[in-house]
Amino acid sequence: MKISITKIIIFGFIIFSLSVFWKGLKINNNYDTKDLVGSRISNFQLPEINNDEQYISEEDLKKNKYSLINFFASWCAPCRAEHKYLLSLSNKNSEIKIIGINFKDKKINANNFLKELGNPYDFVGKDTDGKTSILFGIYGIPESILINNELSVIKKIIGPIDQIQHDDILKLIQ
Amino acid sequence: MKLKNFFFIILFLFLAPLHSSEEKIKLLEIYKNLRCLVCQGQSIADSNSDFAATLKLVVQDQVNEGKTKDEIYVFLINKYGEWIVYQPTFSKSNLLLWILPYFIFIAGGLFIFLIIRKSKNSKAN
Repeated sequence: MKISITKIIIFGFIIFSLSVFWKGLKINNNYDTKDLVGSRISNFQLPEINNDEQYISEEDLKKNKYSLINFFASWCAPCRAEHKYLLSLSNKNSEIKIIGINFKDKKINANNFLKELGNPYDFVGKDTDGKTSILFGIYGIPESILINNELSVIKKIIGPIDQIQHDDILKLIQ
Repeated sequence: MKLKNFFFIILFLFLAPLHSSEEKIKLLEIYKNLRCLVCQGQSIADSNSDFAATLKLVVQDQVNEGKTKDEIYVFLINKYGEWIVYQPTFSKSNLLLWILPYFIFIAGGLFIFLIIRKSKNSKAN
């Protein structure tokens, strides 16, 4: 039986297309920041929430063995849920400094939020227009970034910190 | 002298909107290539979400600083990964993605040419 080259090419092309579609169906298309672990935080300067003349920059973070940068706002319900875990982290381990960045919020509301739930932060900065959040690769809040003294990202948490994330952070900094 | 000043003012009035519209086109091109991460299949040009609005502000700032399109894309890829841009950058891992359409185009043309030639030959015989 003689099979023409044309038929083989067409058959091969169909098989190739089907296998590409089959593989494509199994790929997870959800945005994931796994690949950003290991990247470095750089070029930022953040004013303190109550004092515009006081700043925190990357040089300050290099002094901490570990820093957990947490984006929060008084209007964000999941931020309330994760707050107890941030308080627990600040009490349990002195090697980690927690930096809070108040995102698109009113100063008075942010201060009331911290007064009501407690303040786990070693420094509270403000990001009134949200531009600083882009420097940290944030796209919604709450989000937290664990970095070391070389400013490398060790872990990025999208959404509120829960018990599992809390324990994971403690394990990572041990 | 007065005429000269008048001429420059007129020239400025004509050129200023031209410059700003060029900038607008550049901004729109960048916005269209940036994926809104919190939306379903939308670029930041099409989205009114909070994230898209913030990203537009940052892109606007960088364009005003004189950064090129590629510099802005590299900056955002470093922050969010390659998923943020619609047009993927050329790399080893996506070499096939860039070359395959050209390959299929050439192979398809060749295939059609061979079929036509074959049918002509069979008609002639």
